Amino acid sequence: MSEAVMHGHEHHDHHPTGWKRWLFTTNHKDIGTLYMLFSLVMFFVGGAMAMVIRAELLHPGLQYVDTQFFNSMTTLHALVMIFGVVMPGTVGFANWLIPMMIGAPDMALPRMNNWSFWILPFAFTLLLVTLFVPGGGPAGGWTMYPPLMLQTGDAMPFVIFAVHFLGASSIMGSINIIATIFNMRAPGMSFMRLPLFVWTWLITSFLLIATIPVLAGAVTMLLTDKYFGTSFFNAAGGGDPVLFQHVFWFFGHPEVYILILPAFGIVSQILPTFSRKPLFGYESMVYATASIAFLSFFVWAHHMFTVGMPLAGELFFMYATMSIAVPTGVKVFNWVSTMWRGSLTFETPMLFAISFVVLFSIGGFSGLMLGITPADFQYHDTYFVVAHFHYVLVTGAIFAMMAGVYYWLPKWTGHMYDETLGQWHFWLSTISVNVLFFPQHFLGLAGMPRRIPDYAVQFAEWNFISSIGGFVFGLSQLLFLYIIVKCIRGGEKATDRVWEGAHGLEWTLSSPPPYHTFVTPPQVTDATAHS
Amino acid sequence: MGHSKTGGGISGVLATLALLWSQTAGADYALNMTRGVTELSREFYDLHMLILWICCAIAVLVFSVMFWSIFKHRKSQGAVAAQFHHSTKAELIWTIIPIIILVGMAFPATKALVKMESTGDADMTVKITGHQWKWHYEYVDAGFGFFSVLAADSNEARALGSGKNPEEVENYLLEVDRPLVLPVGKKVRFLMTANDVIHAWWVPALGWKRDSIPGYINESWARIDEPGTYRGQCAELCGKDHGFMPIVVKAVPEDEYYAWVEEALVAQVDASAGADREWSKDELMTKGEQVYGTFCVACHQPNGQGIPPAFPALAGSVIAAGPVAEHLDRVMNGKPGTAMAAFGAQLNDVDLAAVTTYERNAFGNNAGDVVQPAAIKAARK
Repeated sequence: MSEAVMHGHEHHDHHPTGWKRWLFTTNHKDIGTLYMLFSLVMFFVGGAMAMVIRAELLHPGLQYVDTQFFNSMTTLHALVMIFGVVMPGTVGFANWLIPMMIGAPDMALPRMNNWSFWILPFAFTLLLVTLFVPGGGPAGGWTMYPPLMLQTGDAMPFVIFAVHFLGASSIMGSINIIATIFNMRAPGMSFMRLPLFVWTWLITSFLLIATIPVLAGAVTMLLTDKYFGTSFFNAAGGGDPVLFQHVFWFFGHPEVYILILPAFGIVSQILPTFSRKPLFGYESMVYATASIAFLSFFVWAHHMFTVGMPLAGELFFMYATMSIAVPTGVKVFNWVSTMWRGSLTFETPMLFAISFVVLFSIGGFSGLMLGITPADFQYHDTYFVVAHFHYVLVTGAIFAMMAGVYYWLPKWTGHMYDETLGQWHFWLSTISVNVLFFPQHFLGLAGMPRRIPDYAVQFAEWNFISSIGGFVFGLSQLLFLYIIVKCIRGGEKATDRVWEGAHGLEWTLSSPPPYHTFVTPPQVTDATAHS
Repeated sequence: MGHSKTGGGISGVLATLALLWSQTAGADYALNMTRGVTELSREFYDLHMLILWICCAIAVLVFSVMFWSIFKHRKSQGAVAAQFHHSTKAELIWTIIPIIILVGMAFPATKALVKMESTGDADMTVKITGHQWKWHYEYVDAGFGFFSVLAADSNEARALGSGKNPEEVENYLLEVDRPLVLPVGKKVRFLMTANDVIHAWWVPALGWKRDSIPGYINESWARIDEPGTYRGQCAELCGKDHGFMPIVVKAVPEDEYYAWVEEALVAQVDASAGADREWSKDELMTKGEQVYGTFCVACHQPNGQGIPPAFPALAGSVIAAGPVAEHLDRVMNGKPGTAMAAFGAQLNDVDLAAVTTYERNAFGNNAGDVVQPAAIKAARK
C-alpha cells in the first residue's frame, strides 16, 4: 500500500497533456469529466430528435417528415437518451464522486475505466450512422420487438452491435464500481457509513451486471433470426414473438431502476445539505433501494399486460408491481421528513431536487395506475404511458442529474456557477417541462396511441400545447449549456465546503480537488461519515 | 430603437402563436378516459377513477407537508434545523398504511380482471387479423369476412405535403371503408391474431386493447349496451403506417345486424363472381386500380414509385415487366423477411388477376399482357 502511495506521489504531475491526456487517461476525475461531457453532447443530439418529433406533432397532418423517419426519430431518441445521456451521465457522477466519497485514490480498475468510456463514442457512431444507411435508421421502437424489428434494413446489425458495445461498457463500468466500493473504502468507512449516492450506485451496478447480458442475448437472437435463418421469434418457424418481449423486459424493467437509482442517490445527498439536517432514515433508505432493485426482477411482464397472459400471470405481475410502491413511498416520505423542520435555502441544486421529489412522485403515481392490470388495458401504449415515463425520466433522472451538476460543479471546477442564471434555468425548465408532459396524460386517457406521427383532430389542442412546452424546454437547455461553459471558464472562487450544510469526504478536499486525491486514506469516524 | 425591435420581435412571436392557436381552436380539450359502452369498460373506468383519486389524496397530503416545510422552515425566516434523523414508529406507519391501501386497490382490480378473462358462453365470434396496415374481420359463425382500411379521404389528406387540411376531413384518421358491425346486447368473443407483425386492437369504448400476434390467438370479449359508432386505432407500433389503421365498430340492434349479415353474404358471393369468365383488359385495369388502392398503395405509393429501398418501385420494375409466373409468385407468396405479404391468402382470384394486370400496365409499365382469374386458379394448385 505504501509503495503504491509513493508511486502515486512520484508521478504526481507527469500525466500526458493535450488530447493524449484525455485519450490515455486512467484518472477517475478525467474519465468522469469525459462521461459527463459525452452525456451533455448526447443530450442535445437526443433533444434535437425530440424537437423533430414535437414539430411534426404540432399540428395534425404530416408536415415535415415521412412516417418511417418519424419512427426512426422516436426509436433513436429513446436509445440516445437512455444509453447516451442518463447512463453515461450517472456513470460520470460515479467516477467523479465515488472515490472522493469513500476516501479512495482512484477507481479500482483504472485502465478498464478508460476503456469503458472510450467504447461509447464508437458505439454511438455505429448507432447514429444508421440514419444514413439504405433503408434508414431503426424504426421499430427502442424496444426492438420482432417481427417488426426484423423488417429493419441495413441499419439492423449496426444497432445490434451498438447495443453490444454499450452493454460491454456498462458491465465494465459496473464491475469497476463494485470493485472500488468493496476494496477501496478508507479505514472506518463501513458499508453503513457510505453516502447514499455510493449505495445507490453499488446496487445499480449489480442490476447492470445481472441484466445487460440478458439484453445482449435477446438482440443476438434478433441478429441470427434476421441473418442466419434461426426462428427464435418467428412463429412460422416454430418460434415465439412474445418470447422476445419477456427476455427484453427482464432486462428492461431493472433498466428503469438502473436509470433512476443513482438519481435517488444524488437527491439524497442534496436535500440534507440545503435542509441543514441529516438525511432522515438512512438505513431504511438503503433497505428501500435494495428492495426496489430486488423486486424489479419480478415485475417485467407489467410492460406486456396486453399480450394475452393467463389470468394467474396477470395477477402475479399486478401484485408484484403494486408492491414496489411501498419502498418507493418510503423513499419519498424520508425525503420529505429530511426537509421537515430543517433550515431550508433554495439554491439551484435544491430547487431541482425539490422539483424532482414532486414530479418524480407524479410519475410514480401514474406508474402505480399503470400497474393495475384492468386499467392498463386502457392506458397501455397510449400517451399516458409516454407522460408517465417522461415524468420519471426527465423530471426524475434528468432533473436529479441537473441538480447534481449544480451541486458539484463548484467542487469540480473550483468556480461558482452563475446563481441567477441557474434559477432562470430551473424555472424555465420546470414550467415548460410540465407544459410539455402534463397534457400528454390527457391525450393518452382521451385515446391517443403512442408512436404515431399524425393524429385525429380531437387531439390537436393538447398536442399543440405540448409541442410549445417542448420547444421552450429544449431552448432552455441551451442556457444550461451556457451556464456550464461559463462556470468551467471562470467565476467566483468556490470554497472547499462550497455549501454551508454540505457533509462528506468530497467537501474536505480543495475546490477544484488536486489531480490525485486521498493518496493517503483519511480516517473516517461517525462524525465525519454521514452527509 | 433596440427596444422597439425587441418589442416587435415579441409581438411577432405572439402573433404567430395566436395564428397557430386559431388553427387548432374550436374542438374540445378531452381530459379523461371514456366510460365506454360495455360492462367491462365501465368497471375499468371506475377502477381508474378510484386509483386516480387515491393517488390525488396521497399527493395532496405528502406535498402539503412538503410545502409547509418550504414555507415555514426556511433559513430566511430564522428556522433552526432540528437534528433528528430517524423514527422507527413513523417509518413503520408509512410502510404499513400504503400496504393496506394497496390491498384495498387489489380487490376491485382482481375482480375486474377475472371478469375480463371470462370469455366463455359467447353468442358469436369475430376473428380479427392484423395486417400491415389494415384489419381483417371474419365472422366465424356466419362464414364471411372482409378487410377494413383507412377511408380514402383521410388517406389522401394524411400524405406528406398533401395540402389538405385534416380539420376539414370528417373523422380524420378514424374512419374506415368498412366498419365492423356488431349486434348490441350480445356477448361477442374476439379472437385475435396477426399476419405479419404485432398489432393491437383497441376501441376505448369497449374498455380494453389486446395484441394481435402472429402465431398466437388471443381472446377477449365485449357486450355492447348502446347502438352507436365507436372508433379506435392500432395501439402497437407496427411499422410506417401504424398511425393509419383505424378501427370502427358500428353497434346496431340485433335485427338490423342480421339484415346486414344477409347483405354481406350476398355481396361476398357477388365479389367472387366472374372468377370463371374471361375478363377484358379494361375491366381488369379498373378493378385492379381499386384493389391496388386498398392493398398496395401504402407501400408502393399511388405513382408506383415505392419508397426504396424498403418498399421497391413497381414502375419499371423487373418483376412487373418480367414473366407473369414470377410476378404472380411475388404477389401471391410475398417475399419473406420483408414487408411484402403473401396476398394469395388475402385476395380472391379476380382481385389477384386484376391487380397483377394493373401493375403490369400502369405507372408507365407496358407489359401489355393481361392475367385472367383462371391463371390465378391454376397458380393456386
